[in-house]
Parts: sequence; structure tokens; C-alpha cells
Amino acid sequence: MGSIINTQQVINGLQLGSIYALIALGYTMVYGIVRLINFAHGDFFMLGAYAAYASFYVFNSFIGEGSPLAFLVLIVAMIAGGAIASLSNLLAYKPLRYKPKLSSLVTAIGVSMFLEYFFSAFPFIGPSPRGFPEILPKVIYRGFGAEISNYVIIDLVVAAILMSGLTFLIQKTSLGRAMRAVSQDKDAAKLMGIDVERIITWTFAIGGAFAGAAGLLAGLTYPRIDPYMGIIPGLKAFIAAVLGGIGNVPGAMLGGYILGLAETFANAYNSILGDGIAFAVLIIVLLVRPTGILGEKIADKI
Amino acid sequence: MKVYAKIAAIGAMVLGLAACSSGPKEILIGGVGPVTGAAATFGVSTKNAYEMAIAEWNAKGGLLGKQIKLDFADDKGDPTEGATVYTKLIQQDKVVAIVGTVMSKVSLAGAPICQAAGIPMISPTSTNPKVTQVGDYIFRACFIDPFQGTVGAEFSYNTLNAKKAGVLFDNGNDYNKGLAEYFQTKYQQLGGTVVDYEGYSTGATDFKAQLTKIVAQKPDVLYSPNYYQDDALIAKQARELGFKGPIVGGDGWDSPDLVKIGGSAVENCYFTNHYSKDDTRPIVQDFVQKYQAKYGEAPDALAALGYDAMNIMLDAIKRAGKTDGASIRDALKATDIAVVSGQVKFDANRDPIKSAVVIAIQNGQQVYKTTVNP
Amino acid sequence: MKFPKFLAAAAVFYAVIMILSTLNILNGYFMIIINKSLIFVILAVSLNLINGITGQFSLGHMGFAGIGAYVSGTITAIILKLQIPHSFSMGAVGSEAIFIGAIIIGGIMAAFVGFLIGFPSLRLKGDYLAIVTLGFGEIIKTIINAIDYVGGPRGLSVPNFSNFTMIFVFAFITVAVIRNTIASSHGRAMLAVRENELAADLSGVDTTRYKVTGFAMGAFFAGIAGGLLAHLIYFTTPSQFGFLPSAMILILVYAGGMGSLTGSMIAAFLLTFLTEVLRIGIDWLNQTAKLPIGPEWTMVVYALILILVMLFKPNGLMGGKEAKILILERKTT
Repeated sequence: MGSIINTQQVINGLQLGSIYALIALGYTMVYGIVRLINFAHGDFFMLGAYAAYASFYVFNSFIGEGSPLAFLVLIVAMIAGGAIASLSNLLAYKPLRYKPKLSSLVTAIGVSMFLEYFFSAFPFIGPSPRGFPEILPKVIYRGFGAEISNYVIIDLVVAAILMSGLTFLIQKTSLGRAMRAVSQDKDAAKLMGIDVERIITWTFAIGGAFAGAAGLLAGLTYPRIDPYMGIIPGLKAFIAAVLGGIGNVPGAMLGGYILGLAETFANAYNSILGDGIAFAVLIIVLLVRPTGILGEKIADKI
Repeated sequence: MKVYAKIAAIGAMVLGLAACSSGPKEILIGGVGPVTGAAATFGVSTKNAYEMAIAEWNAKGGLLGKQIKLDFADDKGDPTEGATVYTKLIQQDKVVAIVGTVMSKVSLAGAPICQAAGIPMISPTSTNPKVTQVGDYIFRACFIDPFQGTVGAEFSYNTLNAKKAGVLFDNGNDYNKGLAEYFQTKYQQLGGTVVDYEGYSTGATDFKAQLTKIVAQKPDVLYSPNYYQDDALIAKQARELGFKGPIVGGDGWDSPDLVKIGGSAVENCYFTNHYSKDDTRPIVQDFVQKYQAKYGEAPDALAALGYDAMNIMLDAIKRAGKTDGASIRDALKATDIAVVSGQVKFDANRDPIKSAVVIAIQNGQQVYKTTVNP
Repeated sequence: MKFPKFLAAAAVFYAVIMILSTLNILNGYFMIIINKSLIFVILAVSLNLINGITGQFSLGHMGFAGIGAYVSGTITAIILKLQIPHSFSMGAVGSEAIFIGAIIIGGIMAAFVGFLIGFPSLRLKGDYLAIVTLGFGEIIKTIINAIDYVGGPRGLSVPNFSNFTMIFVFAFITVAVIRNTIASSHGRAMLAVRENELAADLSGVDTTRYKVTGFAMGAFFAGIAGGLLAHLIYFTTPSQFGFLPSAMILILVYAGGMGSLTGSMIAAFLLTFLTEVLRIGIDWLNQTAKLPIGPEWTMVVYALILILVMLFKPNGLMGGKEAKILILERKTT
């Protein structure tokens, strides 16, 4: 038991969970506002990683390695994620906004495939995995029976900062109020004078930016990027978002960390069946709480 | 009416497909590999190698007086696609032989098709023993898991003096799982202890859960018989968790990107491979330099094997003097040729009898350590 | 009843393909495309029953196919070690019969799992149900991967029993059965569940029974498709049955139009043929037109076509409607 739940594994799980949480936030925000499962979200994550990679090499000639460069790269990753998200919304999702949901779903899968295969086929990018540069020098701390690299701390801290920022945005700003209004009742919001399309664009952009940030963190922590890197994290983040209650922002954060921990413990317990065990746990949670952990019980209207 | 319009569209496509053919003055060699999907990087390596080999043969006059043309098809790393493209190459394009494919699970879908049609096939990199067992038209250019896993075990136990080993492998792939199993068997036979035997699911990037357990058991060596992109991350994470010992792997490690991704974490690590880039034989140096010049990066193990597989096939056709399947098959069986990965002769199962080399990573470079004969 | 018309159309299709195949106008390449398309028809139509008719969002459909593939494959390859009969004999007939039996047993096992999965559907709705079905699909994949008896990740090699006749007959039966189910009172009950479950419940529809039955039936046919597929490509492996393959079947159903069997059939054929047309087309562009576009671009084009189809036909290719030949007359009292 000691090697399954101990300080090290908890830290491992939280680190993994930070990345899942950031991606899950984007899923849940978009779902909350347009009821769309954006299958391409994992690929915004991938794009953020590639944008970070490219910008590192561009800026490295001006700024040496270290915090300022890292900060700049983070901003670029977030802008890239947000941009591609907004673009996808504009070109592929908006035209189908008031059409049956299924068409948006297939389109989302199409966008996802397009991004992955395009990057894989494009000559300068290509399918081969690339090593992600060490933007900040890595330092390893040992203590409390665990080894922590400064990257772990960066993951946790950046995720925490971004999530607090998002919570502040949603609760305290007018944009956040508008987002909450649109996700609650789109038509009523329109009647109140809210420019619904603008809010939707902002939601996609912020969700995409978070995915981009996660891409940078993932590139830093697991220093390898390839065009297909978003498939599995995207899927896991989707599960995390649903687990926490899809459409619910704190739920996505919670779901991300729970999934990270569950996966880590499950793999520590039995690495051959690991993922299967994690899925089984998720299913049981959902059976007990059918609308997710923090999801609202939707009363059936008679 | 719309229904019939759609059916007509399908019919048009069918006719369109039927209208394609190849030139009569060429020898058509089929190539199969994954150039899309998660294994794309390997498919691209082998495709590059096939093209390079064929270009060289064509420059020297071609084969049996004709130019060679490569008919390459993407199997997307999926057995169903594989079955489709193998059928297309044989029945529609009428290739005389097939070189491919990379992943054993796709080869196992394609080999029976080749065998039934009497078209010889050589896989550059499929290591599942069952592939050549499909029939006598099926060959391969690489050694199989039992041999390589055993070499890894012997090297770890005898040369590295490691009495305790931890193993971490990709549980979703028969290549990795096979190596891990044969390593474990031999290692225990030699007297070593496998202190921890962990798997991960294909595509994972976070191995910390498993590595934490392994490192806690204090192994002397870590056996990581996976593809280089995973091995590099495994090495990094193992180091982060405090593991300082050597890491040993298989030919999946061989790639210029291993050090690019793994950096100092893969320093003083070892892997078994088909050949060494230090090998002074002209055929090796020629290959490495030409590949580098043509494609802008050093070749990985799969490119080398792809190059060898194509050369073996073309050489066999030349010796056969004819392009019918049975003649090529017989010529293949009699192969005795020097290629990049050594001198190749086939055993009764049409697997090559080849030596393995052990390569060390020192100062970010591949350094030859030793050769192990079967 | 329009059934005789449907039967006649199917018979004509069968005869035409058989003749062309025997004359070798349609070679092995075409046949494998057609066979694949028919198998995808079974998969799409069975998923349509679950998703489109009963309205249950299922993302693990290929998991059922995997069960069918492995169960039937274990029977033919491991337990009985069947060989392909090369000449007509009693043994040959026996082998074929066993094969058919194995496929059906595969379907039954899949149906059993579908039945089990039907129960979570009672508590979960929409996207939450989707996650659970996805989870089940992945769990099935993980478990098969761990069973060394059937080869685990090495996959399972099986004899090539599937041929056009076999696949066609199964596909025909699938479409006929599902179509008749939809047209029956059971089908109307399923549609009621889809449209408004609460209202259906209050009207006396046994929603539990229909939801669970929907899953079980869809799973049965998916299991059959899985068995047929494995025996078509000589091989099966767990990686064919995860989330991504399930998503591809979902695309077939949605692109064809939810609830439209014709749509599913057309989408299955169209998208399978499209993949090949793109393969040959891009090849031609590369070789003959000497454009620097290699096979890696086929999927890029495929994705673009998918997006465009959805933008222009958001209700699916058939718009949710059936071809006249498949619609049964409403019996009016």
C-alpha cells in the first residue's frame, strides 16, 4: 500500500491533474455556453505546445533562458490556443449554431482530424516527435520522502493562478456575468441586451487559451511534442469535465485533479490494468452522482 | 431520387477507381507503412529508405533491365487499412513483391493476403514471431523479440553486473511486451531478480506512478524496451525520481531524436540494435551519409532496416531473373547478402540470422560497445 | 408491406456484385472495399438504433464489436483451429456452419454486455451516458489486452471465413430486422423514449425495457460485425476497438442522419469509398501531376470534406428521412 498512496504518488497525481484541469476547463466552459463537446479541444492544447516551441526559438535569440522567456512563451501559447479556438468557432461552429447538435459534433471531430493530420503532413512540422526545450533550468528538490522538480511546482502554481484568475473573471467581472447569463439562458440573455455571439467568442478564446497554457506546461513537464499529442489528454480532460459536472467550472477543476490522482493510484496499484481501473472508478462515481460531482440535478419539467 | 443520386455517385467512384493502372516498362514494388497516425514517424522512415534504395538501383540501371517503381500505400497503423492496401497493391496495382509493413499487427493482416496470392513479402521491422509463420512467402529483415530480449538480459546481468532489474514497457504493443517478457525470462534464468515489472498504456507521457514504484525497489538497472520517444521521457522521469543507474533498451531507442528529447537523462544508457553507426564498413557509412544528405537527419533503426529489406528484395529478384512470386521466393530463401545491419541469411522460418550490437550513449553520441552473435 | 420490394432490391444488388466479381471485373480490391462497407453498414445501423432511435448517446460501440471479434475468433482459431475449406465437401459445409455459429455466439456475448451497459443508461443521460459508454469501451479494450490466452496486444490471427455472401446476408438481416423493429410498436416506443422520456414513461411505456433492449440489440449486431471484420482481415487486435474507432462509426451515423437507416447505409458506403478515392487521387496527383503531396494528405482532405458536408447538410446526407423502399406503410385503423 505504501507505494500506492504516498507523498510522491500524491504529488505525481496532482501534477498530472493540473494539466487535465486546465484542459477540462476549456471543455466545460464551451459546453456550458453552447452545449457542444468540442472534440478539437485537445488539439488546441497541441497547438499551444507547438506555438510555445516555435516562440522559444524565436525569442531565445533576444532573451536568454529563464523566467522572462518562460513568461513570454506562456503568453504566446495562450494566445495561440485562444486564436485557433476562436477561428474554429468562427469558421466551423458558428454556422451550425442553430442547427442540430449532431452536425456540430461531427464538425468538431472533423476540425480535430484536420488539425492533427495537417500538422502531421505539413513539411516543416511533420509527424515526428520533437524535444521540447528546457526553458527554465530544472532543479530537483528532495524532501518528505518525495522528489519534486521545480517543474512540478510550476505546473501547480501556474494552474492555480490561472484557475483563480478564471474564477475571478467569472464571478466578479461583467464579462463573467454575461458568460454566466448566456450559459443559463441564451435567449433571455439576448433579451437583456447581451451580444451573445461576442460572449461565445470570448468563451472559446479563454477556453482555448487555457488549453494552450496546458500545452506549454505539458511540453515543459513531458518534453516531447507531436501532432497527435492532444488526443489522449483531450479525451481524459473531457472525462474529467463530465466527472465534475459538465458546464460547471469548479467541477472541471475538481474533476481534473480527481482524474489525475485516480489514474496515478490505479497505475501504481496495477499498471497493466491501470487505465481500465481508473475508468471503472469514474463509472462508479457517475452511477452514484449521475450529473457529475458538482453537477446540478436537472429537474425534469413536466 | 436523392438516394439514387447518391448511389450513382458511388458508382462513379467505383468506375474511377477502376481506371487507374501502371506503366508496363517498369517493375512495380509495393511498399506499405504508416505515414499517418501515431506511428507515422516510423512509416516515414521506412518510406524514405525504400525510395532511397530504389533510386540507387535505378541509377545503376534498374532491375532486370527495367526501372523500378515504388508503389507506396499508407496503412495508417490499422490492420483493416492494412488488409485493404495489401489487397489493392496485389490485385489492382499488380506489384511483384511487397516490402512492408512496420507494425506487426498490420503485417499479420497483410501477410495472409500475400501468402494466398503467392506474392513475396518482407517486413523490415515486424518482430512478432507469428508474422513469418503465416507461410513461406513471408520474410522479415529484423531479428525477433526472443533474441533481442535475451541479449538485453545477458548484457544487463553479465556486463553491467546488475543483479536486480526493474522493467517498464508499453503494454499495448506486442513489440515492447515481447521484449519485456523475453528479458524477464532470461534474466531470471541467469539468476537475476526482476524487482518490479510495470506496464503503461500506449501514448502515455506520464510514467511517474509506475516509476515511483520501480525506483522504490532500488533496482540496479532499468529495462525500457520501448520506442525512443517514450524511452526519452521515461529516462527523464526516472532521473527526476532519483534513479541513477543505467537504463537498457532495444532497437526502438535508435533515433537521432532520442538524445534531443532525453538529453542528459539518457547518458550512460545502453540499447541493443541491428548495427552501429560507428561501423567502418563502407556500406554503413555510405547509407548514413546518403540518408543524412537526402533527408536532412540521421537515419533511425527503422530506416536502416527498411533500406536493408528493400535491398534484400531487389537482390532476390535480380538473382531470380524473373518476376513471378515463386521464383522470387526461392531466391529470397537463398539470400546471402551484406547489408547495413550485417550479413543476412534466412533460417527455416525465414527470419534472418543476424547479430545484435550493444550501443552506449556517451556524450550525446552513440558509441559501439559490443557484438552478440546468435 | 414494402418488404418484398426491399428484398428484391437487395437480391439485385447481390446478383450484380456476384456476377461482376466472378467475371473479375470487380477484383479483390473492390470486393474488400464492398465487404468493409457492408460491415460498416451493420455497425452504423446498429449504432443508429441506440443513438438515433432510442436516443442514447453511446461512444463505446466498437467495444461490442471487439467482444464479437474475440469471441468468434477464439472459437474458430483457438478452440477449434478451423481451416479454410478449399474444396466442397461435408467438412467444408461443417466449417462454414461452425463459422456462422461462432459469429452468432460472438453477437450474443456482445448483446449480454450491451444488456449490462443498458442499466447505467437508466440513471444517466446525454453526455454523462456517453462517458460511461466510452469508459466501458476502454475497459473492454484493457481487459482483452491483458488476456494472454487470446494474445493480448499481439492480436489474434483468425481464418479468413468472411466472404461477400456471408457478409451480405448478415448485413441484409441486420437492416431488415432493425427496420422492422423501428416500424413496430417496439420501435415507436423507442422513438418515444428518444423524444421525451418522461412523457413516454408517464404514458405507460416501459422505458427501462426499451433502453436496455436497444443497447442489447445494437450490441448484438455490432458483435456480429466485429466477428465478420476479424475473419475478413485474418486478424484482430484490441486497438481496433477503442474510442477513436467508435467515434468513426458515430460519424457514419451522424453524417447519414440520425434515425435514418438509409442514411447510415449510404454514409457507410460513401465514406469507405471516399477513403479509397482520396488514396488513389492523391497518389495520382503525386505521381502523375508531380505535386509534392503525398499519402499523408489524404486524411487532411477527408477531414475537410467531413466539415464541408456538415456545413452544407447539417441534418445528415439523408436529412433524417428514409428511402421510400424502406418505409413501411403505416397501418391506420
